[in-house]
Parts: sequence; structure tokens; C-alpha cells
Amino acid sequence: MVSARSANPHRSTRTPALGLRWLLLAALSILLMVVDQRQHHLDAVRKAIGAAVYPLRVVVDAPVSAWQWLQTTTASRNDLLLENSRLNAERLLTHARLQRYAALEAENARLRAMLDATARVTDRVRVAEIMSVSANPFRHAIVIDKGQQDGVFDGQALVDADGVVGQVIETGILSSQALLISDPDHALPVEVNRNGLRTIAFGTGEHDRLELQYLPNNADIEVGDLLVTSGLGGAFPAGYPVAIVDSVERLPQEPFARVSARPVAALNQVREIMLIWSAQAPGANDGSDDEPDDGVDADG
Amino acid sequence: MADETDIRRLPIAATIVVALTLAIAPLPEAAAPYRPDWVLLTLIYWSIVLPRTVSVGSAWLTGVVLDVAQGTLLGQHALALSAVVYLSVRFHLQLRVFPMSQMMVTVAALIGFYQFVLFWINGVAGVTTSGASYWGPIVSGTLAWPLVYFLAGLVNYRRRHA
Repeated sequence: MVSARSANPHRSTRTPALGLRWLLLAALSILLMVVDQRQHHLDAVRKAIGAAVYPLRVVVDAPVSAWQWLQTTTASRNDLLLENSRLNAERLLTHARLQRYAALEAENARLRAMLDATARVTDRVRVAEIMSVSANPFRHAIVIDKGQQDGVFDGQALVDADGVVGQVIETGILSSQALLISDPDHALPVEVNRNGLRTIAFGTGEHDRLELQYLPNNADIEVGDLLVTSGLGGAFPAGYPVAIVDSVERLPQEPFARVSARPVAALNQVREIMLIWSAQAPGANDGSDDEPDDGVDADG
Repeated sequence: MADETDIRRLPIAATIVVALTLAIAPLPEAAAPYRPDWVLLTLIYWSIVLPRTVSVGSAWLTGVVLDVAQGTLLGQHALALSAVVYLSVRFHLQLRVFPMSQMMVTVAALIGFYQFVLFWINGVAGVTTSGASYWGPIVSGTLAWPLVYFLAGLVNYRRRHA
């Protein structure tokens, strides 16, 4: 009783101190958590305490490692021999496989070198991202995230993984506007891949249809023909796939056949496109359209 | 009395180290959500028995070590442990005289509060946890309390009779 009474005044001074101490520690905890969550300044603290905790981890791991040690030391000679022969066989097998890998590696290097070489003689490309598309449904234009800074120029060709997408019509400093081949104002000189028949593909305002006008009724063109760029317009390098003919209507009463084609590029689905610095176009935009071979040497 | 507590810190620290080891010992996948909060139970015991030696400060430090050992947010267990130990120190006189059944109910409530604090911090920090990891330790911890009480009492035995 006496001790309880004498402890009482002591406790009354101690209890608020306890609460205060806890509040301070709680504030410190919250501060720690915020700093730990946002930044990595506390990595050193973590490392130091982690080093102190390491012996505990060793203790925790001890039974497992002791068991393993016991297993290896008490393994019989027979078991060891068996394991040895098994490992030897395995080693032979892996060795054989490794030899095949060496051959494959050499082949891979050779193919890569070839690929590299082709990449060098053909066009230089760079990936651009589409920033926005035109809100006007009859205007198929896009804005890309490359401009003069990146060497983009007016009339530059854009392709995606499958085929031609469009061309740059307005070069900004950091971004450019480009017209898709499906825009009604766009015309693209193409040729039929099968026989070299030249024609022009006009945009129609629909993403999945191009029109080939001015083809006579007796022109050699069939459904399924692949149209590629002819390179004759100057802007586009030759040989990129553009579209596949999907309908040919020959009308006897009309002077021209009605032919339409479906673009191979996914015009309304792409996100990344490639800008092409054609081997023949970039240096001399005006004059050298007709001499593509010189351009190749000059650029390569 | 003050000079005596210095001597007795070692066994107390030893029990906390044992509890920390149990806290990071690997358990089978199925049993992991039901791992009792050994560190918390040990600290509750000592804060009830020796509130002047083991209080919020030691709980906080232990919590920081536990945070590092378990790889949680630094300060998370520190806050939760010090909060629970604050309560148990505050009410240690009542807790001391409780019979075991009543003590277990109180301990269950304390573990529940501890889990809630951890759960809440996880929620704020955007760490997702499952329901079992919340309720499991409350059940197992309450059942483990008599064991902790008995074992820590063995360590504490000499002090009571010295």
C-alpha cells in the first residue's frame, strides 16, 4: 500500500511523458515512412540495420544448411558414383548442344552482317510517333513528333511496318503535319508489282480504299495485284508496298475502268510510323529525281 | 532499482532477438498467414511486467529492425509496435492482475489494433494484402499468448525471486 501511494505522484508525472514520447516516436515513424516511400535516402540506414539482422538470417538458415551438409557427408559411395556417371553423360549432351550453338552463332553473325549491309545501301529510317490526328473526317492528316530539328523535310515519305502511310506536308520545328494516302487530296504514283503497269492512286476519304483512275478498260490489272510506289513522283522512294487491288470493274460504256484498292498500311491503327530519308531524295530535292543511282552512291 | 534494470536488459534483449528470428524464419506457404506476431507478443509481455524497462522507445527501435528484416516500409512496424506498447504500458496495472482468459481477450484486441495499423499503412502506401493476412495473426497470436507468457516468465523467473 505504501509503495503504491508513494508511486502515485511519480506515475502522474510519468504518464504524460509516456504519451508525449509516443507521439514523438509516431511522428518520427510517419516521417520515416514518407521519406522511405518517396526517395531512397534511407538505403544506407537500411543497409546498416540489415547488416545487424544478418546473423539472425544465418541462424534461421542454419537448420536447412545443416540438413544439406548432413546429406552430402553421409551420401554413400554408390550414390556418388551413380551421380558422377549421370553428370558425365549430361556434360557430353550439353557439349554436343553447345557445338550446334556455335554453328548457329556464326550463321547469325553472317546474316546480321548481310542485313546491316542492305540497311546501309537502302534508305535511312527513323521512328516517329503520331501526336494527334485531324478531327475533320474528310481531312486525313496527322501530326508527328519530329520536325526540322530531326531533319524532316516537306514531301518526306512516311511508312509503317506494312506499307506507305503518307507524306509530310508541313514541317514545324519540333513537329510536322503529314497527309495520309487516303486523304481525298492525295495522289500517289504507283505501279503494279506484277507487271510494272504505272498508275496513280488517289485517296477517297475512306481509310480502307484508294482509287486508281485513268486506267483503260483493257489494262492488265487484276484483283489481288500488289501496288508499290514507283518513285516517279519524286517524293516517295520506289518499291514500298501501298495497296492491294480489291475490285476491278470494266465498264464498256466508260473510257476508264473503275478500280479500287485497299491500303496495306493500317492507316487508322498505327501509332508509330517511320520517316524515310530516301537514298535519292534528301540532298537534291529538285533536280535529281531521274537519276536515282547517283543518289545512292552519294548518300551511302 | 535503476542499477538493477541495467543488468536485466540482456535476457530481455535476448527474448526479443529470438522473437525477431521467429519473425523472419521461413514458413510453408499455407502457414505463412497464420504466423503469430512473436515480436509483438514478446514486447507486450515485457511492457506489462517491466514497463519502466521496456516501453515505447524499445518497441520503436525493435520495430525499425523488424521493418528492415521484413523489408516493409521503414517505420511501419515501428509505429504499430510503439502504439500497442503505449497502450499496454498505460494499462499494465490492470493487465497484470487479469486472469489468463481475460488477458487473452485483451491481447487479441491489441493484436487486432496492431494489424489494423499495419493494414492501414499498407493501404495508404498502396500495398495490397489479403484478408487472411489480417485475421490469421489475431487468431494464432491469441492462442500463442499463454506460451509466450510461460516462456518469457521463465526468463523473468529469477527477477521475481531475486
